[in-house]
This record gives sequence, C-alpha cells and structure tokens, in this order.
Amino acid sequence: MRRLALITAFCGASFALGEGQAQELSSSEVERGRYLTQAGDCKACHTDIENDGIPFAGGRALMTPFGTIYSSNLTPDDETGLGRWTREDFYNALNEGIDDEGRHLYPAMPYPYFTLMTRQQTDAIFAYLQSLEPVQVEEQENDLPFPLNIRMSVSGWKLLFFDDEEFVINPDRSEEWNRGRFLVDGPLHCGACHSGKNLLGASKDDEYLRGGTLQNWFAPNIRGGENGGIAHWDEDDIFEFLKYGRAEHTAPMQRMGEVVAISTQFLQEEDLRAVATYLKSLDDTSREPEEAPETARLEAGEGIYFDNCAACHATDASGVPYFFAPLGTSNKLHAKDPSTVIRIILGGARAQPTETVPSMLAMPPFAWKLTDTQIADLLTFLRNTGDRRSGAVSAEAVAEMREYLAEEY
Amino acid sequence: MTNHLPKVDVVLVGFGWTGAIYAEKLTAAGMEVLALERGPWRDTPKDFATTFAQDELRYYWRHGMFQETSQSTVTFRNNGAQTALPMRHWGSFLPGNGVGGSGVHWNGQTYRFLPSDFVAKSHNAERYGPLPEDMTIQDYGVTYEELEPHFDYFEKICGICGTAGNLRGDIQKGGNPFEGPRSDEYPNPPMEMTFSQDRFEAAAREMGLNPFPVPSANMSRAYVNPLGLQLAPCTYCGFCEKYGCGNYAKSSPQTTIIPVLMQRPNFTLRTDSEVLSVEKSADGTRATGVTYVDTSGERFFQPAEVVVLCAYPLENTRLMLLSEIGTPYDPQTGEGVVGKNYCYQVMSGATVFFDEEYTNGFVGAGALGMAVDEYNGDNFDHSGLGFIGGGYIACYTTNARPIESHPVPDGVPGWGSEWKQSVRANFLKTTTVGVHGASMAHRSNYLDLDPTYTDRHGRPLLRMTYDFTLNDRRLTAHITPVAEEIARGMGGREVNVAERKGSYDSMPYQTTHNTGGTIMGNDPQTSVCNRYCQSWDLHNLFVAGAGLFPQNAGYNPTGTVAALAYWTVAAIIDQYMADPGSLVQA
Amino acid sequence: MSFPTRRKILKSLLLGGSAMAAPSAVFGALYGRGEGMPWEPMKGQPPYYGTQEDNFFTAEERATTAVICARLIPSDEDGPGATEADVISFLDRQMAGFYGRGQHWYMEGPFAEGTATQGYQSEHPPAQLYRYALAELDNYCRDRHDAAFAGLSEAQQDEILKGMDEEEITFEGVSAKAFFDLILKNTIEGYFADPIYGGNRDMVAWQYVRFPGTRYDYRDFVKHNGARIDLPPVSLMGRPGWNSLE
Repeated sequence: MRRLALITAFCGASFALGEGQAQELSSSEVERGRYLTQAGDCKACHTDIENDGIPFAGGRALMTPFGTIYSSNLTPDDETGLGRWTREDFYNALNEGIDDEGRHLYPAMPYPYFTLMTRQQTDAIFAYLQSLEPVQVEEQENDLPFPLNIRMSVSGWKLLFFDDEEFVINPDRSEEWNRGRFLVDGPLHCGACHSGKNLLGASKDDEYLRGGTLQNWFAPNIRGGENGGIAHWDEDDIFEFLKYGRAEHTAPMQRMGEVVAISTQFLQEEDLRAVATYLKSLDDTSREPEEAPETARLEAGEGIYFDNCAACHATDASGVPYFFAPLGTSNKLHAKDPSTVIRIILGGARAQPTETVPSMLAMPPFAWKLTDTQIADLLTFLRNTGDRRSGAVSAEAVAEMREYLAEEY
Repeated sequence: MTNHLPKVDVVLVGFGWTGAIYAEKLTAAGMEVLALERGPWRDTPKDFATTFAQDELRYYWRHGMFQETSQSTVTFRNNGAQTALPMRHWGSFLPGNGVGGSGVHWNGQTYRFLPSDFVAKSHNAERYGPLPEDMTIQDYGVTYEELEPHFDYFEKICGICGTAGNLRGDIQKGGNPFEGPRSDEYPNPPMEMTFSQDRFEAAAREMGLNPFPVPSANMSRAYVNPLGLQLAPCTYCGFCEKYGCGNYAKSSPQTTIIPVLMQRPNFTLRTDSEVLSVEKSADGTRATGVTYVDTSGERFFQPAEVVVLCAYPLENTRLMLLSEIGTPYDPQTGEGVVGKNYCYQVMSGATVFFDEEYTNGFVGAGALGMAVDEYNGDNFDHSGLGFIGGGYIACYTTNARPIESHPVPDGVPGWGSEWKQSVRANFLKTTTVGVHGASMAHRSNYLDLDPTYTDRHGRPLLRMTYDFTLNDRRLTAHITPVAEEIARGMGGREVNVAERKGSYDSMPYQTTHNTGGTIMGNDPQTSVCNRYCQSWDLHNLFVAGAGLFPQNAGYNPTGTVAALAYWTVAAIIDQYMADPGSLVQA
Repeated sequence: MSFPTRRKILKSLLLGGSAMAAPSAVFGALYGRGEGMPWEPMKGQPPYYGTQEDNFFTAEERATTAVICARLIPSDEDGPGATEADVISFLDRQMAGFYGRGQHWYMEGPFAEGTATQGYQSEHPPAQLYRYALAELDNYCRDRHDAAFAGLSEAQQDEILKGMDEEEITFEGVSAKAFFDLILKNTIEGYFADPIYGGNRDMVAWQYVRFPGTRYDYRDFVKHNGARIDLPPVSLMGRPGWNSLE
C-alpha cells in the first residue's frame, strides 16, 4: 500500500489539552477553527450535499427517528445564518445546545459531544465560520410530529440525557490516550453513530461504542480492546482507515465514507493516532455463541458464497487486504445487528475515495440477482464459519431491508 | 442552429485510452480540458459488474459495449474494382463506444514495438536493398529510444505483468531477448501460466526458441499505480476481450486513470456527444474548435486552443476527411495523405487437440500466454524470403466461452450430430498456437469517404479498401509452419492449421487492430502528422491512436498507442504551450 | 445523530457524486468538474431480457424453426440437442426484440448482393429474413416433396439444409445461404447462451460440454496441469444448489 504523507496546512493546529499548551499554537485562530470544524465534520450536515448546496449554508434534510430536520446555515448571513451571533451565543450552542434566542437545539446537532470543547475551541470554530462568505438561504420548516415540533420538548430531553460536561483528564492514562478520548467523545462525536440509543435517541452508557443502529445502517462496534469489534485491528490500521480511507480490514463506505472524506482524512497524524490509542484501550465483554443454524442453510450459503463472492473476497473469505474486505473478522458481518451487511449485499457499496487513495472500488448490488432467502442463507453461512457463531439471519430481515431500499432509491 | 459554448484550452474528441492519457497529463499541467465522448458513461459496478459481466450473448454477440453500426459503420471492399458495401454489423473488428472505448473490452496484451519497427523503411532498405515500389511503408519519425520512458510510464500506470528481456542492454533470462532496451523491470511479475502455456514453453525450448510470458494488463497481484489507483488480482475468469472486467483486475482507463481525473475541477467530460467536424480558422492554419451534436440532435460549437483527435483510428481518419484537413489520399497517383496506409494484422494459427489432458480453457485471461519473438520484425534474416516484417507466435488461454470457442477438428461437418458430439469431445481439450503477423502498407489499401452510404447525420461513411498483400501472404506462409511445429511438439492427438489464405474477409473476428489513415512521418508529402503527432496542416490539431502507425507491426498496438500519446502530450506541455506553432519545420 | 434523507436526486459532492446537472440546453451528460465518479447504491445494468413474454413467430413458423434447430443440433444418445435446450424459445424472443428488428444494425440502402467477404447484405432484418425464408423453404419442399419442411423425414430435412448450406438450393426472394448461416449462428447462440435468454434450458448445453458458466474465479484451478475440473455450471440467475428450501 502506498502511504503518502499528506501535506497538511494545519501544522500546529492539532488538539492541545491544557490551556498552557494552547498558547503555543502557532497558527491563527481561524486556521485552528477550520481544523476543529473539519474534526467535527460540521460541513457534512450543514451542506445540502444532495442538491449541490453551498458548503456550510445548511438545508440538508436530516432524517431522525422522530422526523426530518433541516440543518441550519452556518455562514455569517445576518438574516438566515450566524451573522448576528456572538461568540457567547456560539459557545452556548455547542456547549449547552441553546441558540442565540435561547431556544433549545434539537439533539440532531451533536452538542452532547461538542460540550467537551473549551471556550477557546468554540471561539476558534466561530472565528472560522465568520470568515466564510455569507450566504442567504431560504429556511425550511422541520417536519416533526407533535410534541417534538415544539422546541421546548427538547428541554425535557436535555434534562434527562444531557450533561454540560467539561473534559476531565484521567491522570492515570497517557496524554495521548486522554487526547484520543477527548477527540472521540468530543469533536469527532463517534458515539453519535457507534453507540446504541435509547428510545428517545440518547446514547446509552452501557452501549458505549458497541455499535448502533440508525436509519437502517448498523454502525459497528469500534472498541479495539479484547473482544471488541476491531480487536483484530492494530493502531496503524485505525490510523490508515481514518487517514487514507483504506485499511487491511475494510474501507469506509457510504456513511463512514462521508466522515473520512470530509473530516478525518484531513486531521493530523498525531490526532488520529491518539484516537487509535484510545479505541484500542476499550475492552468488551465476550459474546455468547449463538445457536448453530441448519445444515441446509449453511450448504446453500456456502455455494452462493463460492459462486458469487469469491471473485473478490476469495474462496477462503480472506479477501484482498486494502482492496476487498476479508470477511472472517468483519465487525459488520458478525455484528449482532446484520443491517449493514444485508444492505450492502442488496444495494452494493463503494469504498470511499480519498486524496491518498482515489480509487473507487465498488461492490455491485445483488438485489436483482439473489432472493431474500439466498441472501439470508449466504449471511448465515458467513456468520457461522470457522469457530464463529454469530447467529442466523432471517429472510424476513432481508425482505424488510429490500423494501426500505426500494423506497429510498 | 449551432450553439456557441465557452472556450476551453483543450478539447479531446473521444474518451478511451488516449483521451484519458491526454486529459490526465494536461489537467495536471493546469489546463482546462473538455472530453467529448460519443457513447455513454461506463463504469465497473454499473456496466460490467461481476454479477452480470460474464454474459456472452449480451456483450459479444449482441455487441453490448461496441459502437452500433446503426449509428455509424464503414463500407468495405477488397479492391478498387469492387463496390464497397456497408458492414451492416461488425465482424472482423469491434470498435468500442462509450467512456473507456475499446480499453474497456481489450484483452490486455501490452507489447512494445521493436526499435526496428519505428524505422521500418530505412532499416529494411539498408539491410535488404530497395523495397517494392507499391510497399508504401515509412519511418515513424520518432524512435524507440525517444518513446522508451513513455512505454515505461504506461506500463507502470497499467501495472503490466511480465519478465524483462533486455534491461538497459543486459539480456535477461526468461524475458524476450529481442525487445528494445528497457529502463526498468515490469512493475509486476508475470501471470501464473496454465497447462497449455507449460506445454508451449517446453515445445518452444525444445526447438531452441526463447519463450517469454506475454506482458499482461491482467494483474498477477494487487497493485497500486503511480496515480494511487488500485488494481486487484486477476481471477482467471475467462471474460476479458469483448467484456469489461468486473473485479478491477484489468487495466483500463476506468481502473488506471479516470477516477483521478474525475476529481480534478479543470476536467469536464461530456458523454453522448458526437463530434461532427473540426472547424478551421478562415486562413486555414488553425483549428478553432469542434462542432458536435448531442442526443437531442442539437448542435454545438466548442471552441478550443488545441484540438486532439482521440477517437478510434477509423473515426479519426473520417473526421479529418469530413473536415477537409490535409489532402485525401489518391491511390491512382499515390499523392495525398489522409486515409493512406490503412493496415491490419495477419493472423493465423495451429490448433492442438488433446486426447487425455484437459486444457480447461475457461481458466483463462486475456493476456495469459507465452510467446516467442524469433520470427517477429527483423529478428531473423529475411534475405531471399521476399517479405519483410514478422509476427510473434503465442499460446494464449483466454476463454472457453462456448458460443465463440468450440473448435472441432478438420473434416467434422459444421452442424448435426457428428458436429455436436465433436464439440463436446474437444470442448475442454484444445489450445491454439497463434501467429500475430505484421501488416505492411500497400499503395492499394486505403481509407476514403464512401460516395453512396451515409450515417444518421447524413455524413458519408468511411470506405475501406483492403486486402492482404503479397508481403502478408509470404509472411504468414513462412511463419505459420513454425507455429505448427511448436504445436506438434505439445503432445496433442492432432494439430489443425488455420492458414491465412484468400482475400481478407470482413466478417470472421480477427482482431481490432485497424491502423493507419492519419499516419505520422518526417515528410508532409507522405504523412498526415509530424513526429509529435501534430497535424502538418493545423498546428493546434494533434492526433492520437493507431491511425498514426505508418504500417502495423507484429504486435498488439495498445502499448505503442499509449507511448505515442504520452510522447505527444509531453511535447504539448513542454514545447507547444510555450511557443504555439508547428513543432517541426517542414 | 441523524442521517440525510436520500429521497432526492443524489448528488454526492466529495462522495463522488452523480452527473452534474447539465445546463438546460445541453443534453449530453456532464461529468467531472471535481465531482468524482458517479455511483449510487442499487444502480446497475443487469441483463436485459425484457422480451421474455414476447414472441415473433406464428405457430407454424415456430414449428418449422424448431424442426430446423433440431436438425442443426440434434438430440441423440450422446446428449441434449436444440429441443431439450428450448432453442426455439430463445429464437422467438430474440426475433421479437432489438436483434430481430435489426435495430442496432446499419440497414440503410441501397442493398446489393455483395461478395463473400462483405458479410450480411440482406435488406431484411433478421426476423423478416426468417419469415420470408421459412415461407420459401416450405414452398420449396411442397414443390418437390408434397409436404412442408416439418413434414419431411429427418434424412430429407438434412439433405435440404445441406443444400442451403452449400448453396445448391436457392430461394427466389431471399438468400437461402444467408438464412442458413443466420439460423445456424442463432441456434448455436441459443444452445450455449445463458438460460436467462430462454435457451440452454436448465443449463443442459453447459452440462453437456462441461462449461462451468458464469463463475468468475478460477484462481484455485490455474495449476490444473491438464486434469479435469468438475464444477457444476452456474447461470446468471444461479443454480439449484443455491436454494436451501427445496
């Protein structure tokens, strides 16, 4: 694998934990703000990507389990953007989830994570956003059912689930580990997808980075310690995945692809390595093996695998590292919730191109070719090869996903 | 009515291999580049995924990715005394269509022409005395040494798999000892050979020949090219030529260049846009741009500082004739240049039928083969033979696609029970030793505009007047027996020889290696382009492709086509842009 | 956290979006401009076999054509022929579709006979050539044998087909040889093409010659060294072994 060192314009802009260290930052506040904005992946939600929207001008329709929310305009337009906001307002938004008029922001905005950022950091982000060209946009009404359409209901949610936290350094851990934890739980807001949610959309502490289901995707378990979803990844793998968009084990695809494309590929190596250090420290409990499926299903699944999948993933499922995912250890394939693999087999997937690896290797859709039962049998076989017993997948689960995708695309 | 569009630096007519090569280099140099492609967008997951790419009826027999003759075809006749008739469907060759062009559905056999091939006229005349008057061959004007860095770069872009035979002058064991000196090894080791190649290699060695692995654009291992693009290992599925590769294992514009290009803001591609003509300035010294038509039938004028013809050779020639650039070739007087020296390839072979052993042709790949080069180019003494040039002899295992490949021994009828049973008995038990013969230009083989037949836009079709020449016949008669001898040494039950006899037949598939028509050279009286592939007539018009070959060599053309493109684009960037004008004084 | 809706037309920016919106007057699709390679889930060009329900032949034409196919690739003790492979269904669908209509072929006049090296020069697209030639074939047979082609003995049928192949039998309006060459080619296509097109039913022809079909990975078999490889054939729509419920 070719490893190109990216020339980064953000020298010195990486995260510093102590206020004292912050003084040593050589770059301007705007540059630091831009770096933080990238780390927070703000552009992804605040740009109407589907309609070639102007970056940061908002308007992207965001589907939440409770309805559609349109992202806001972050450019300094007086009428429709942040033109009249103060640094204080902005700090309150990121730190407490309150806008300039004191209204509660919907937690689609990941302020429960951003609250870990310091005032100095939110000021830098604000300075960067204020340096953008103001864009006037047409504001769109959110499409939420009662009582969620009343912003006051958010205050109840916050009372239950939101802590206005400061980041607390764990003195027993290395500086790198602390930096990693700050990044993961703060600006990178990994748990927003990778942690399980309760019925009201708040992350559950005991599901922390053990994988989460959102909008028919399962964002896999990313704990890197013993029994974790990426226990078999080393720190270099995590770094390569976030920086280059390719690792030995897999590549970021649709949703995570967006995060890598917009955010992590531009982050500094030391920050990404800190993330890797932290994730590698998270052990998990071992999973109880599930019941062994029927032999007929395993046999059919094996045949389907050999005839369809081996051309890329190899007959022994070892794949081609960095190109086609090895399947034996995949945290998506072996997840408790198989939504993501069902979805990928039905609809296909595309490895995210990055500046370092511009290839766009794609897996084709199989929806037209394989039946629900065939896909279920294939997955059942793959989840139960070797000593793995990750459980069977039902044809009904495939049928539901097929229906969902048919509607979406 | 024609709509005028904003001017670009460079407009490329056609977006296959050469279009992609030009676009990548020119955009990297900061130019605003627009490619106009007649066919549609094509890419792996959508158009030739592993889930459906291996469909013989669709892609070969129903021409899934080829140009449709209903859009445009050529008329054909063997000689000037006949009336040319349109090729109503393709046969002997299969021009591509759409993004990637024929680069999507090629086999991937990626040779370099020999140093002597580029100076065929002077070299042969010096060694053997004056050539026949009707043999209108000439030197390219550019030498192997000048092209070497560009061959090397293209091999790295494609990740060509092979064994070097001549590394900076040192002959290497296991490679082709006749090849020109290489500055570097192949970027990847050769493919893993199968039974048929093993037998060929042993038989050839027994005869004192030097077999070497065919340079292959089907990957022997995972590879990342200099642009950061990924090529996956070939899975020997047996669906290369006439098919797109579903698992990123064959070099194509899509796998090796286009993804990078598509991320550059100064590159634009317009598909479904067919260029009708190159427009000229009033004084006739410059091209001003091109006129094209889109699928709605609307016409557009696209102005550009530089125009490059990157379509298939037959279409490049036609466009120059339709645009009245350069003097059309006249076979009566031998004067004129556009359409001159149309050449092809003289293919023959010997099929081996085995009794016990299985060749299992379905375990194959487009460039999976071993070859010998003792009888190519001027690698052997032609004194007294009455011909020049030659061809490589190779044993490929490309496929066992049954509609196409079901050989039966001589004497078996073409249908009925006996035929059917023979098809079954021999289906997985044959292999072929082929001769890939050169084609020397002849005064009477040429391209011009047809006086009768027109395309859907009312423009004349291109007319091809072509037959095998005396040189071709002597060449194939001399070399085919060598192939037969190798074949007989491979241990089969019987060998059937398919000689190249009679007139050229436009229908049975032979090869998509049509060359000439826009030939390059040192003299504007005898060539369309100078040594930089620049039109002698319009200094801002450049031409790419095998149409530049003054005559065809005994190899597959893609390596040389690509090297010429890289050579030209370097001249445009390094010389032309600084001082636009003719790069060679006539 | 939440996700963007995908209900709108996809444009995906850094994600390698789809084609850019073209300026209103321009119909050719526009790509590039830094937008990356277009890609969308669920999208592709799976095989077109939309003529599945269509047919072209009349009952009589279909019967005669089936008989011709059965003589070209006979059923015998060695294995299945055009009949078992249902080549006639393949032909019927092909003739009803773009191929039969000659839709992708250059079919502009003037039409002339042409030399042997100039290929197909009939003014009729394939389906029409079948129609005219089948009628002439039956006329020819009735004139000489008092029965239509399908009513003759296999030996007589073979003899007539041989006569067409060797240009000893000619028709009035169309070329018997052109028809023979075409139907032989189409019959071989139907026998060996993927079963989705109607012929090669249950992959009988692939099983007969032991072609493993649409498999896409033989890396494990490259070093077969002349040994037989036994793999059940797979069609584009699979093989019986893919179904656990049966």
